[in-house]
Formats: sequence, C-alpha cells, structure tokens
Amino acid sequence: MARKTTTARKATVTMLAWTIGFIIFFPVLWTILTSFKTEGEAIAAPPSFLFFDWTMENYLTVNERSDYPRHFWNSVVISVGSTLLGVLIAIPAAWSLAFVPGRRTKDVLMWMLSTKMMPAVGVLVPMYLIFRDAGLLDTKTGLVGVLTLINLPIIVWMLYTYFKEIPAEILEAARMDGASLRSEILYVLTPMALPGIASTLLLNIILAWNEAFWTLNLAAAKAAPLTAFIASYSSPEGLFYAKLSAASTMAIAPILILGWFSQKQLVRGLTFGAVK
Amino acid sequence: MATQHSRTVARLMISPAVILLLLWMIVPLAMTLYFSFLRYNLLMPGMEEWAGFSNYRYFLTDPAFFTALRNTLVLVAGVLLITVIGGILLALLLDQPMWGQGIVRILVIAPFFVMPTVSALVWTNMFMNPVNGLFAHAAKALGLQPYDFLAQSPLLSITLIVAWQWLPFATLILLTALQSLDSEQMEAAAMDGAGPLSRFIYVTMPHLTRSVTVVILIQTIFLLSVFAEILVTTNGGPGTASTTLTYLVYVQSMLQFDVGGGAAGGIVAVILANIVAIFLMRMIGKNLQA
Amino acid sequence: MGRITLRNVAKRFGDVAVIPSINLEVEDGEFVVFVGPSGCGKSTLLRLIAGLEDVSGGVIEIDGVNATELPPARRGLAMVFQSYALYPHMSVRKNIAFPLKMAGMEPAEIARKVEAAAAVLNLTGYLDRRPGQLSGGQRQRVAIGRAIVREPAAFLFDEPLSNLDAALRVNMRLEISELHQTLKTTMIYVTHDQVEAMTMADKIVVLNLGRIEQVGSPLDLYRAPANLFVAGFIGSPKMNLIDGPEAARQGAATIGLRPEHIDLSGSAGIWRGTVGIAEHLGSDTFLRVQVEGIGMITVRAGGDTDLRHGDAVWLTPQPGRMHRFDADGKAMA
Repeated sequence: MARKTTTARKATVTMLAWTIGFIIFFPVLWTILTSFKTEGEAIAAPPSFLFFDWTMENYLTVNERSDYPRHFWNSVVISVGSTLLGVLIAIPAAWSLAFVPGRRTKDVLMWMLSTKMMPAVGVLVPMYLIFRDAGLLDTKTGLVGVLTLINLPIIVWMLYTYFKEIPAEILEAARMDGASLRSEILYVLTPMALPGIASTLLLNIILAWNEAFWTLNLAAAKAAPLTAFIASYSSPEGLFYAKLSAASTMAIAPILILGWFSQKQLVRGLTFGAVK
Repeated sequence: MATQHSRTVARLMISPAVILLLLWMIVPLAMTLYFSFLRYNLLMPGMEEWAGFSNYRYFLTDPAFFTALRNTLVLVAGVLLITVIGGILLALLLDQPMWGQGIVRILVIAPFFVMPTVSALVWTNMFMNPVNGLFAHAAKALGLQPYDFLAQSPLLSITLIVAWQWLPFATLILLTALQSLDSEQMEAAAMDGAGPLSRFIYVTMPHLTRSVTVVILIQTIFLLSVFAEILVTTNGGPGTASTTLTYLVYVQSMLQFDVGGGAAGGIVAVILANIVAIFLMRMIGKNLQA
Repeated sequence: MGRITLRNVAKRFGDVAVIPSINLEVEDGEFVVFVGPSGCGKSTLLRLIAGLEDVSGGVIEIDGVNATELPPARRGLAMVFQSYALYPHMSVRKNIAFPLKMAGMEPAEIARKVEAAAAVLNLTGYLDRRPGQLSGGQRQRVAIGRAIVREPAAFLFDEPLSNLDAALRVNMRLEISELHQTLKTTMIYVTHDQVEAMTMADKIVVLNLGRIEQVGSPLDLYRAPANLFVAGFIGSPKMNLIDGPEAARQGAATIGLRPEHIDLSGSAGIWRGTVGIAEHLGSDTFLRVQVEGIGMITVRAGGDTDLRHGDAVWLTPQPGRMHRFDADGKAMA
C-alpha cells in the first residue's frame, strides 16, 4: 500500500516495535546470557546484563556431567525420524488427494484433521499399556512411531495444499509423455513441490522436537529427548541457573534457527491452509 | 485426470496413511472406552472387574474435577484473551512501515520455538522465583516485597507462561491476514472519507474476523492439552490450584495407577475437545475446495 | 499413421451426460478442428482420445487398434496443453527430451532429436533456458517441440493459442499450419474460436451440448450449414437470422442471410432501413441497419462506404444465398 509516511512516524513505530520485540524476546536472550555466567553471577543481585566474566564452563559441565549429548541425539533421531517417515507415508496420500479428487476427498481430509484434535490424554492409558506390553517404553522406535502418527495429519495437509498449487495439466503432460506413476512423482511432482516439501519437513521437525506430552510420558531415561531431560531440572539441588541455561540454550538453538527459516510457511502449516 | 486406473492407484497410495490413522484413532480410543467401565488399577493386576458407570460417577463428582474444569477454562480463556488482543495490536504495529521489520518479526516469533519444558523452567526459576528471580530482584530494587508467583497465583503464572508461548502464533497469523488485505480496498475506503478508526472498524476488523476465529479454535485445541508447563512448574499445586483436566487425568492414571478412573477422565476430555473441534472443522471445511 | 475412429463414445460425470454418444472418423494426416462454445464437450472429447479420462461407453480405435483401455502413454499421441504445461524446473532442452527419456532412448539419439526439433522451431538459442525465462510464443513452441520429438501418430491441441495476444496468435496459427504441411501428421485441434477453425482445418467438427452438429470442410460449413446452430456459429460477422412473417413468406420458420450476401443501395431495394451503428474497419464496413418489420440486420459493405448513423438505406438479399430453416432449426433443401 502506497502510504505516505512521515519519517517521524516511522521512527516512532520503529522504536515501539523494537521495544516490544525486545521484551518478548528477552526471556530467550536472558537464558542465553545466563548460560555464559558462573552460577554465582547467575543469581547475583543486582543481576549484571553484559558485564560479567563470560565463561563456557557451563556448556562443558553440562556436556560432561550428564548424558546431555545422548538426549540431544535422541531428540534429533526422534524428530527427524518421525518427520521423514511421516513425509514418506504422506507424499503418496497427498498426491491422491490433490490430483485424483473424488466425492470423498474432502471427508478424508477433514477426518485426518479430526484425528489431530483428539486430546492426547484421552488415549494416554491405553498407549502406555500398549507400549509397556510391546516393550516400547523408553525406546526411540516407540516415540518415532507415536510422533509420526501425531504429525501425519499435518504433513498430509501441508503437502496437499502445496500439491494443489501444481497445475494438474503438468502431470497430465508427463503422463502423455510416457511417464509412469513413479517417474511422474519422481521427476515432475517432487522437484516442483520441493520448496513445499522442504517447509513441511522443517515445520514438522520443529513440532516433533518440541512435543512434550508423549515424550514426557513414554520415555523416562535412556530414550528421553531433550524435552524430558530438561524437565528433570525442575527438582534441582544446589546452584543450577547457569547450567539450566546452558542446557536450555543448546536445546532451543537448533530449532530457533530452523524456525526463523520456516516462519513464512509456519502460518499455512499450522492453520491447515485456512490462512495463507 | 480421473481414469479408473488412476483412481485405483490413488486408493492404493492413500491407504497406508488412512489405515495408520484409522488404527491410531480407533484402537486406543476403544481401549480407553473399555477401561473406563472397568475397575482396573495397575497396582492390583488381575483384579479387573466390570464397574459400570462408577468410574464416571467417581470422576465427575470428585471436587478435583470441578476445580480442574474451572482451571482449564480459566487457563484457556486467559491465554486466548491475552494472545488474541495482544496479537491484533502487535500485528497492526508490525504492519506499519518501520526500519528492521524483519528483525522485529524474528524477535517476536522466537518464543513459539522454545520447547515447553524450557520455557516453563526458565520462567519459573529465572523470572518468577521469589528469591533469585529477575522479578524478585526488580521488586527488591523498588523496595517492594517479592511476590511468590507460583505459590500465590499458580494458575495466573502458568497462564502468563503459556500466553508468552502462544502470542507469536496469534501475531504471525493475524499479521499474515493483515498483509493479505487488499490495499485498494483500504484506499477506496479512504477515498470514501473513512478515517483511520472507521477504516479499522469497517474494513480491517471484518477482514480479520476469520483469522481470529481460526486462531481461537486452533489454540483452544492445543491449550486444552497443556501439560508440560504444569508438570514442570507446579505439579498441579498447591493442592489442585493449578490442576487442569489434562493434568488431572495424568495424575489419576500415571501417578495413582487408576486406569479405570483415568480412562473415564480421558473420555470426558475427548468429548470436551470434540465440541471445540466441530467448530474448527466447519471453519476449515468451508475454506476447502476439494 | 494416425487414423482415429470414435464409435458411440460417451462420457458421463455422475448423472450428467457430457457427451451422450459420438461417432467420428479422423483420417490419417487430416487437420481436424473441434469447435464449439465453452462447455460443449470439445475438451472432454479430446481428453477421452488422449486417455486422460475414461470413456463411459463406446470404443476409441487408433490405427485400427482398440485403444479404449490403453493408458495415455501407450496410445502414441502427443498433446499440447492450453497452459503449455511445461516442466518449470527443467531447461527447454530437458523439457523436449523428457518424452524420449521416458521412452528409454539413448542419450546421443535424444540429443540429436532435440537439436533437430529446436532447429525446426527456432529454439536453438534457448535450449538452456528455463520455461519461466521465455515469452508466451516461445513457450508454445517448446510445448510443440516436446510433442513432435516423439513422432506421435497424432497431435492433440487443447486451445493452444488462447493464452497468447492477438498478433502472436495469428503468427502461431500460421506456424502450426505450416508444421502440419511439413509433418503431414494427423492433428486434432480444439478451439472455441471459429476463425481458427476456418483458417486451419481440413475438417471442422462443430460441437454443441456434447453432440456433433455438423462435420465438414470449412467451406462446406460456410456454404451449407446443417442447422441454425452451425449457421450462427460459423462466419464473422454472424449470419443474420430472421424469423416471423418475412421467414414465413419464404416458407421457412427462420431464414438466414450472411452480412456479405446483402446488397446495399441508397435509392432502391427490397427492405428499407436506417443505419444504426457503422463500424469502419478500412477494408470493410459493418453496418447495423434497423429494418422496418424485421429488426436489426448486419450488412457487410465495402471499405469506402460512407454511411453514418441515421442514414436511410435499401437492402436486397443476393439471389440464391438465402438459407432456410424449419421449425426444428434444420436446414431446408
């Protein structure tokens, strides 16, 4: 919109927006800063903002003294694994929904969505028992499975909205050109939908990384991802702010970076295409 | 694009997803339903017996249930109120011309990417702690008595933490909606003599209504399941002061090992969530041209 | 070879019979145009021939072989789509090579064929560009290139020129006609534009509501439209259709008279009228004349006709050029 804007107005808006942005971001920033303090400085009153002795000690301690790297690795395996598995199942499904629409296409999509709305707590007990009896409690395999199922509807939906934007004529052209279904998906659909597939992967890795119901209830120790590991800091002994901050920073940093890349697609993915 | 052949292939290609979700939806839910009619405690294996509706009667008449129901409503409503109003204001602000808009966007969106356990722990310890928290330091610096957030108003504290996590979501969606507002519509309204306030009331707000509804419905679905934030901060306490429905079911089934009671609570939660879900599905379904 | 036969071909979508039943013979090497208003079923018919849709009934034969159940890829046909349907992520070279790659041809052979096609279509300098970097006309040529490398039994064109501007459309029309002269391959071309149909076709198939109204050469249709629909559809400006007492006097329910078959005089004639709007095109003048007792008649006159709004004129139908239609809209002998 070609609005006439005075510099003074723009400066005011800028000041205000930056201040509010800074306040909202402050807890994250404070966590990052605290992670470089000593435990003493972390609780010092008055707290020092930037002028303290910067130290990497907390990161070293967290990495050495606990099983932090293992939990980090669990998070990576569980979030990436469940997302890849989900996309693998969802691509053919989304192809069907987007390019061979039928009378029931809409119902299928809505039904998939409805599975996402079932509150997890409604099936907590049976899932716990199934996991216990199948020996899946506290295993990465089990968590990958559950998170795949949880995010599958979102993955199908996101891919569906991206596939919908590809003109059906192009796939028909491929078919006329003698492409088999495999070639059609491999050489035409996938490369064309690559940006969409990438943002689907990104958003679902983020969602899986931060999932904190099933991971907390189904994995207590060796398969616990960072969500569960960090939760164990809730009943600490002694000085721990700096170490908590270091562990937290490492837990949120990768996702913060991925998230900033995916913010444009975020809206669409999280609203199931209702807001673009 | 609709030959018999391609239809057959399509059915084949969609079946793994459909079958998996069907199993995921039916099997555990059916088990929950079944358990909800049993007297079944994990500490007394082999003692299961038919209990009729007694689990439901027990769960629904438990005073903790009413507290939990009230707490759930307060939490959901509180977070919605803060995020929707804050989100509209922030979106309007961020939609104005300014320097460094991209960076402000990044700052505002950040909390959404912080995992729930981290944000709960950071807020509880580093901000709300009555001894070492930043708020306590600030209060002391002003000569005031530090406030023990989690002990004195646990539900409000949790509401604030959750609202901080969800404000970016509301802002981002409303900002996207604002930016899709046809600028010619605004200019036409301006030509028709509408001032900034009338333009907001008669053009911007109607345009945002749909997105606000979507934000409310989607957040409600997620907020009904808030769990980690409570587990990490208050454990539902003191007493049941910050126990929500989700947390109550968790306590009953995972801490008291009362599978039957927990299952009954789970079914109640499913029914409540479905009421919200029906509205959300209508909204999304209307928008879907399949 | 490219001889296509449709026998009782029908297509229903649910309860709607888009094409009730069609019989048609397309000879080898013929340029056949399917023309009709939007929604007449012409594109559906093309997609049935292509195999992109299933027939609900009937048989499609290609070169004497029943192709009704064959998937599109195995029918040996090539199609040029309205949107061109180029693969946006592939270079022009890869676009043209795609059908050959799918057929499992040797890379060296593919390269040779692509170069040859590019030379014919003036695309040699653009082979390494992406479709997004090309103009509309160039994209159109790439789509044609992708079709010709396969050496198909027949080409199917689905309104290929409708996305181009007017000047380019005339050019591409000529290019496609020339291509047909060179390749002598069967072409089936769908359009809603009767000018394209008249200028390009060996044989025009006029479709309306899923039915064939008439099949014939452009001049056949012009000279002897079988019914009111064809009479009104073919020819520009449109044929004047007159009913009422004037038609009854000729023993018909409706009479049709083309604008170019009416003589104009300032002093004498059969019908007297007043000029409404005069469109001066330079080469021709189109006059809208309000004739007493008949209504508005369009007349095509010479370019130097100097008549204006409100002038009185006399019109005389040329002898033997009048078309007569009965109450069902059928042409009368």
